[in-house]
Amino acid sequence: MTTAFTLNGRKVAAASDADTPLLWVLRDELGLTGTKYGCGVAQCGACTVHVDGSTRRACVTPLGSVAGRAVTTIEGAAAAHGTPGRVARALQQAWTELDVPQCGFCQSGQIMAATVLVAAIADPSDADINAAMAGNICRCATYLRIRQGIRLAASRLREQR
Amino acid sequence: MRAARIVLAASLALVSATVLARVGDGPETLRGPADFAGIADPRQRSLALFAEMGKVIRSPRCLNCHPRTDSPTQGDAMTLHSPPVTRGPRGEGVTAMRCRTCHGDANVAFSGSEGSIPGDPHWHLAPREMAWQGRTLGQICRQMSDPSRNGGKSLAQLVEHNGEDHLVGWAWRPGPGRKPAPGTQALFGALTQAWVDSGAACPD
Repeated sequence: MTTAFTLNGRKVAAASDADTPLLWVLRDELGLTGTKYGCGVAQCGACTVHVDGSTRRACVTPLGSVAGRAVTTIEGAAAAHGTPGRVARALQQAWTELDVPQCGFCQSGQIMAATVLVAAIADPSDADINAAMAGNICRCATYLRIRQGIRLAASRLREQR
Repeated sequence: MRAARIVLAASLALVSATVLARVGDGPETLRGPADFAGIADPRQRSLALFAEMGKVIRSPRCLNCHPRTDSPTQGDAMTLHSPPVTRGPRGEGVTAMRCRTCHGDANVAFSGSEGSIPGDPHWHLAPREMAWQGRTLGQICRQMSDPSRNGGKSLAQLVEHNGEDHLVGWAWRPGPGRKPAPGTQALFGALTQAWVDSGAACPD
């Protein structure tokens, strides 16, 4: 019994049990290790992916619950069609320019959350950023650079319109 | 000196008992409508029935998502929700931090540790007008009975909601690591029906 879903634009079938956390499937079965294991209890945000365009913590998402749905990980974020892809590319560019990461462990989750934020709110306020990113913890405390990166990416995307 | 030690020990025991009683040690049992049939006066019977319903209403399983602020609480001690979340425009969280970012259609046991994350297809915060935390049972009763503050429900619909709504029912199947609300959802629905039938009286 396999679970079929779309992963980064490609059809895949995972053989793990349906109650296996998606994070385990992504990393151990499908070999996509960009999504990180941080806490395992939906407290840190390091495992954030997109399911049908919305943020989702992969550590508490049973594989069976994504059957037939579209999952995007950090490996496929920039190649996604339409606005999510454009936003992810702008964020990754801003992240690089501003040297946002320190150790980098949480950053894939940060970018996945920020992508959904900026795709929905073109000019996010500090309050928008704080509320949207509150569940993504950075032990290196790069929060100010994360905010700068989101603002930089958002401003460039607005200029391109 | 010995007397002082005895007083100290007694004080500590009292404090411990109080703390234990407060942390998730709510009523274990829920009486049914038949237990109130002997109260002849309908108003007094209705008040007694609502007081019994209050054992469920005041369970942390219910109160945690009926906050008086824009953020839920969690656990039997009803501590502030972690990670920090806000209700957003529809009680479903904000962009990139929806309830459904973490809460799925059903409870999910943690893989690497004890406990679980709760889930339901309609997991969300109760609207502001349905805040229960910090309210008296009388205030909650009047809110529940008021269609302008209960989601437009008639009393008949309120009976159905309490007795059959899937998210309400989560309170009795909260998953590993959580104490269920007292009784059963069916009993809670029956109590609500009996309360309505007796006049839906609210405590002062």
